[in-house]
Amino acid sequence: MNNLKKWLGIVWMLLSPAIVVFMLLQAADKINKATDATKANVTLQWSIILIIFFPICIGFLIFGYYGFKGYYDQLPTKSSEITDY
Amino acid sequence: MKQTKNSTNGMAFIIGASSVGTLIEWYDFYIFGMLATIISKQFFPEDSGTSALLSTLAIFAAGFIVRPFGALVFGRLGDLIGRKYTFLLTLILMGGSTFAIGLVPGFKSIGWAAPLIVLALRLVQGLALGGEYGGAATYVAEHAPPHRRGYWTSWIQTTATLGLFLALGVIILIRDTQGVEKFSGEWGGWRYPFWLSLLLVFVSILIRMKMSESPMFAKVKAEGKTAVNPLKESFGHRANFKMVLLALFGGVMGQGVIWYTGQFYAQSFLENTVKLEFMQNREILLWSIALATPFFVLFGWLSDRIGRKWIMLTGMLLGVIFYRPIFKSLLKSADVKEWVKDINLSKGDQTVTQVKVTKRDTILNNATSLNVEVLHLKTSHSLINGNKWTALTSDTITRSEAGLIPDSKPVYSDKILSPILKWKFIFLIWVMVIFVTMVYGPMAAFLVELFPTKIRYTSMSLPYHIGNGVFGGLVPFLGTLIVEFTKTKDFPLGDPLAGLWYPIGIAALCFLIGAIYLPNKIDNNVMD
Repeated sequence: MNNLKKWLGIVWMLLSPAIVVFMLLQAADKINKATDATKANVTLQWSIILIIFFPICIGFLIFGYYGFKGYYDQLPTKSSEITDY
Repeated sequence: MKQTKNSTNGMAFIIGASSVGTLIEWYDFYIFGMLATIISKQFFPEDSGTSALLSTLAIFAAGFIVRPFGALVFGRLGDLIGRKYTFLLTLILMGGSTFAIGLVPGFKSIGWAAPLIVLALRLVQGLALGGEYGGAATYVAEHAPPHRRGYWTSWIQTTATLGLFLALGVIILIRDTQGVEKFSGEWGGWRYPFWLSLLLVFVSILIRMKMSESPMFAKVKAEGKTAVNPLKESFGHRANFKMVLLALFGGVMGQGVIWYTGQFYAQSFLENTVKLEFMQNREILLWSIALATPFFVLFGWLSDRIGRKWIMLTGMLLGVIFYRPIFKSLLKSADVKEWVKDINLSKGDQTVTQVKVTKRDTILNNATSLNVEVLHLKTSHSLINGNKWTALTSDTITRSEAGLIPDSKPVYSDKILSPILKWKFIFLIWVMVIFVTMVYGPMAAFLVELFPTKIRYTSMSLPYHIGNGVFGGLVPFLGTLIVEFTKTKDFPLGDPLAGLWYPIGIAALCFLIGAIYLPNKIDNNVMD
């Protein structure tokens, strides 16, 4: 199971930028296709989507990295194991 | 025996006091979403159609998007000054901003200032809600005995649904009393649910003032062990931050989309795609929610026995598997073409009760260079089995011996289902709410057990509100947007089920991550 967690960590790390690129391409496509009347609205909608999901994708990338490094192999059983300071 | 009874009574008061405020906060939050169609007409220019609805949904979504920021601000406060005073503050902010939304004049009166003010108030609502849930869940969990934590915290989970129930009930009552036209006017009855919030919040504040601080937080505070910088301790250290990420991607992300698909996207789908009549749509949702709400407690109780993980993940998996068949069935069952397929007109199985010309235009036909008359016809139909609908036809009219024959395909709206069909719809929505109860019932206990007392409020609030506020809150908006993308000139209605790919994709990913990475262990000691 720990090996699976590690290899999937790589998948998450690759998936994260792939999602960002996919959203950027979609945004460019939809904004280009929008008519003059709807352009402002479509741009606003996609700006909201990108602003929100970009940091989440970074979080997902870090999650993948933690998985790959094996930080999820052993989960804490006590609070003292969580506070590593 | 007596001690057990006292302890149960004490928990009942703690649950009641925590829940009332949370319920009101959800009520405040939901009335906006439920009145989205009316609000889009009041706060945006007329004839904006889908664009205005999308903008309203974007404002609705904005309230969700800021929730993680509210989680950070109020979570930090909760870990520094205590749970009790923090969620008193969130309650006041929530009630005040909801009341103020009901006072904002419409677009006709103050132009673009109207949607901007509403947006600002919506942001305050979102911030306040971001601080509320984590506080209430933490407060109850820190009072509950370890073997019943899932059961007691699941009562908090019912408040979101009961808040929705209350909001629906109030809206239906006012709309029914006032009538549709008066209710939808600029200063009509749709504003009353917002004003009612002030009274509800006042009552809730009185109740919450009687609450004492959480014993665990009081102990941590008395020992001088409160966090100095909860934000840094929650997110600046890998050991805790990895649990925040795990909670988000392996739990609440999927829970958020399952919840909002079952309760909100379903409502929006029935109203805007299936075109059900306003009141019947709400009635269906009310019944479904009422019949499913006890299952929050059932699954919370069950999670104390078999663990939280697989109950939540099963709810997600069922959503992934059954969403498309359920929504497809809703759409097909309300298809007028299916309704009239086997009826016998000569036997009087169908009656057309009203034919009304709502508008008459004269336009130039480019092909013939002649002026042609365009009529907008509205006809009401009813079938012997109880199904009813309104057909709107707008096209050039040809005259024949039979009278006026519209050339175009009619657009159906205000569909009223026969009693049998209505109960079928209630069952289908109920099934989706059951999925919600599976993922949401054990959620508070699951989150509380992941984090230590001194940074619990902050640590659990952020993933919860990203999962629910962002992933979940965006379901109606993104669902509608994805359907818009599928519309083409040849296919003007697009694929009405395309919007489901967003919640299905997120829930599937979350299921996979949760199944592999999450533990199924119940943490008996949350005192540390």
